[in-house]
Amino acid sequence: MNLVIQGGRLIDPAHGVDAVRDVYIDDHGFVVGIGQAPDGFGSHSIIDARGKIVCPGLVDLRARLREPGLEYKATIESEARAAVAAGITTLCCPPDTYPVIDTPAMAQMIQQRAWRFGLAFVHPLGALTQGLEGKLLTDMATLDEAGCVGMSNALIPVTDTLVMRRAMEYAASFGLTVFLHAEDPWLRNGGCAHEGEVSTRLGLPGIPEATETVAVARDLALIEQTGVRAHFCQLSSGRALAMVAEAQKRGLPVSVDVTAHHLHLTEHDIGYFNTQCHVLPPLRASRDRDSLRQALQNGVIGAMCSDHQPHEPDAKLAPFAQSEPGISGLETLLPLALKLVDEGILTLNAAIALLSHKPAEILGIDAGQLGIGATADVCIFDPDAWWTLTESHFVSRGHNSPFLGWEFRGRVTHTLVGGEVVFELGATT
Amino acid sequence: MIQQDVQFDSARRLRHLLTIEGIPRQTLLDILNTAESFMSVGEREIKKLPLLRGKTVVNLFFESSTRTRTTFEIAAKRLSADVININTGVSSTSKGETLLDTVRNLEAMHTDLFVVRHSESGAAHLIAQHVPAHVHIINAGDGRHAHPTQALLDMFTIRRYKGAFENLRVAIVGDILHSRVARSQIHALTTLGVPEVRVIAPQTLLPTAVERLGVKPYSDIHAGLDGVDVIIMLRLQRERMSGALIPSEQEYFTLYGLTREKLAYAKPDAIVMHPGPMNRGLEIDSAVADGPQSVILPQVTNGIAVRMAIMALIMGGQPAADTRRTE
Amino acid sequence: MPQTTIDIAATLAYMADELRPLLARNPIMIGVHTGGVWVAGRLHSILGLTEPLGTLDISFYRDDFTRVGVNPQVKISNLPVNLEDRHVILVDDVLHTGRTIRAALNEIFDYGRPASVTLAVLICRDGRELPIEAQLIGHTLKLKARQHIKLTGPEPLQLNVQETGG
Repeated sequence: MNLVIQGGRLIDPAHGVDAVRDVYIDDHGFVVGIGQAPDGFGSHSIIDARGKIVCPGLVDLRARLREPGLEYKATIESEARAAVAAGITTLCCPPDTYPVIDTPAMAQMIQQRAWRFGLAFVHPLGALTQGLEGKLLTDMATLDEAGCVGMSNALIPVTDTLVMRRAMEYAASFGLTVFLHAEDPWLRNGGCAHEGEVSTRLGLPGIPEATETVAVARDLALIEQTGVRAHFCQLSSGRALAMVAEAQKRGLPVSVDVTAHHLHLTEHDIGYFNTQCHVLPPLRASRDRDSLRQALQNGVIGAMCSDHQPHEPDAKLAPFAQSEPGISGLETLLPLALKLVDEGILTLNAAIALLSHKPAEILGIDAGQLGIGATADVCIFDPDAWWTLTESHFVSRGHNSPFLGWEFRGRVTHTLVGGEVVFELGATT
Repeated sequence: MIQQDVQFDSARRLRHLLTIEGIPRQTLLDILNTAESFMSVGEREIKKLPLLRGKTVVNLFFESSTRTRTTFEIAAKRLSADVININTGVSSTSKGETLLDTVRNLEAMHTDLFVVRHSESGAAHLIAQHVPAHVHIINAGDGRHAHPTQALLDMFTIRRYKGAFENLRVAIVGDILHSRVARSQIHALTTLGVPEVRVIAPQTLLPTAVERLGVKPYSDIHAGLDGVDVIIMLRLQRERMSGALIPSEQEYFTLYGLTREKLAYAKPDAIVMHPGPMNRGLEIDSAVADGPQSVILPQVTNGIAVRMAIMALIMGGQPAADTRRTE
Repeated sequence: MPQTTIDIAATLAYMADELRPLLARNPIMIGVHTGGVWVAGRLHSILGLTEPLGTLDISFYRDDFTRVGVNPQVKISNLPVNLEDRHVILVDDVLHTGRTIRAALNEIFDYGRPASVTLAVLICRDGRELPIEAQLIGHTLKLKARQHIKLTGPEPLQLNVQETGG
């Protein structure tokens, strides 16, 4: 059945659209008209989007689905369902599953499992080194063939610089993007909070800013040497961002993303050892948050992501340093982005761009835009609906979030994947 | 979201003692004043008061320590409580039981007060956030974060020898970075109005942004001890050498070990304190530890009275506006 | 606060006369803070006792600790370390419910086992909650439920009756 999304304000930054336009979708799930019906469109069902915003289904650059290996925390199905409930239709997952995504079979299995549920699309990253051990290269070309959108060593630093150089060169041979986590393991030294005023007061082992900047410096030098396209994941310090900005100015093919929580929280949010604020990289100082916001505004940052890490309750019910880091972030990705718009940090267009076509470009996939011929992956949200995040709101299996109790403005009402409504607010499943 | 300070109940009474930070000056003074009254109990024939009769106190030590545990045990018994010691280093947690499960199992045995020592910062706070309203927690040391009872007995000792806090210069010497004792002492000293608190250590042993705690850092012990009234020496763990924090014991002793020669830079009537146990010949010379300016042994005695005062204040109710019943 | 018409000086003189025969046993006099110490102080000097007056602060022996907690202004009890086999004259200002005296007896016994304890009170009023009586009473009073009698001092000593609201 054909479908029309009627009366909504269509915001599609990829095509520079921000206007009230109807969206016409055919029964194969493609966008066939914007603003007016194509010839012979015929009968159709209608979604009333008056007063709402219609935008491309969101693209989350990094979300952990915990399957395979950690199914006691979450599964592909539960997290894909949480994603679409939050307007996210495309997810990219890192290779640190158990087993690691270093074989084409693993890459295919994850994509096929996600495909079966018909909810959000999942694009995996392939492991940069075998077993993520930082020693031997993986079959990158084969992994690319199997659907991996890039290579990454997840959160495990590749300490051998020669291996890192070779891995980058090899990836560059096939035009593959390397996704980097910048952390010097010796400076990290088992720390769990930003080394600064708060960690000193609370007696928590600190992670100095240099942990990130030393690694970024090293990697930038290797990126320049090898010419590989590279993406820095979840940078947290102003200094590191400044280094990347300077490299971009020089023309290096480097992109960077930040997490939604790093744009809002600082080390002070740890309060009295709130383990919900235990994340890696750590929440840093206020001035780092300000620098991250500035980098958003001047285009250095290419995407905002959730860095979704669902946990079972026990993971957070331990003394801070022993708790597991990570926030269940899918469901606060759009709300936190909209908060930045409310605070005047970003325009609505810029915010949606950072969650749609820009991350899609970084991943090299065709998503995050609603031009004629695009797959109808759509997010419809009511920009004026106020709501408070409580545990009962979570669709994700992980309820670990420091944003519990926060008030948000803007709520997803419909999500479509391939023209099918996969989420509707208030409908019983 | 601003978290509630779980140390206080809804009526702003001290319900747990987890950290000195956030405790008002008057409450700290109340503890010191109450401790004064308890000092004479140790000299009586019957060294007991009935305040905690029928109450159960559990010493829950995840990190072993004979001396601290013993003083808590003596303090609780002097208040007539029943005391149980649990050293979990080799028991339930090594079998995989979570920290909170261990606490819940003990609670189910009707414990009124837990004295907790743990190797991780924030452990006492975590426990305090998950116990029912009638259960109290005293932090006997959590990771690098806090050791509030030690700081209070140190303040009690300082007041006994030096009187008012408002005129003092105090120096804390040693591994501040890893020291929960130092952090609690710094909070206590600044809250009680000590105008100048100094920390003396090589930069590797000073935490980042330590001045934000209200102290002046020094790496030169001679400058740091100049004109000081109270010197608190911290224990140096010998493992610090392998962590590339200090090069050798010899150099540390030469630069920071408290000898008579260095002591002379402080005021002639300065007192020397140490939370113990001491590494003689490393952070402190025997001549000083046993010398006339040392108050290290009185610190230990004071520790019992101070811990009794803390237990009594936490476990007791709060006087209503008109308390003195005429009878 | 209405003052009573009780002549305190005369009462103290009467009490001292009654206590004089007990001096042969070399008793130790102990006053209970705060009013009892004032009364005991007067008796101590009228009787010309040479051994220092003992004082007792019963705060740590109160039976309502879990309700009212510890008062940081508590004064230190000051007793000779060993009360073993001594005759004690325990002095308080007002005997009402009896709980203060019970607490005082508990504390005394933690200092040793006295040969005897004789209780002398300036005022004995109704309202006993425990089976405790004084051997020597200055004045007996019957008061209404909401009335309290209070001794102020140390100079001058005055007895006042208060009405507590509600």
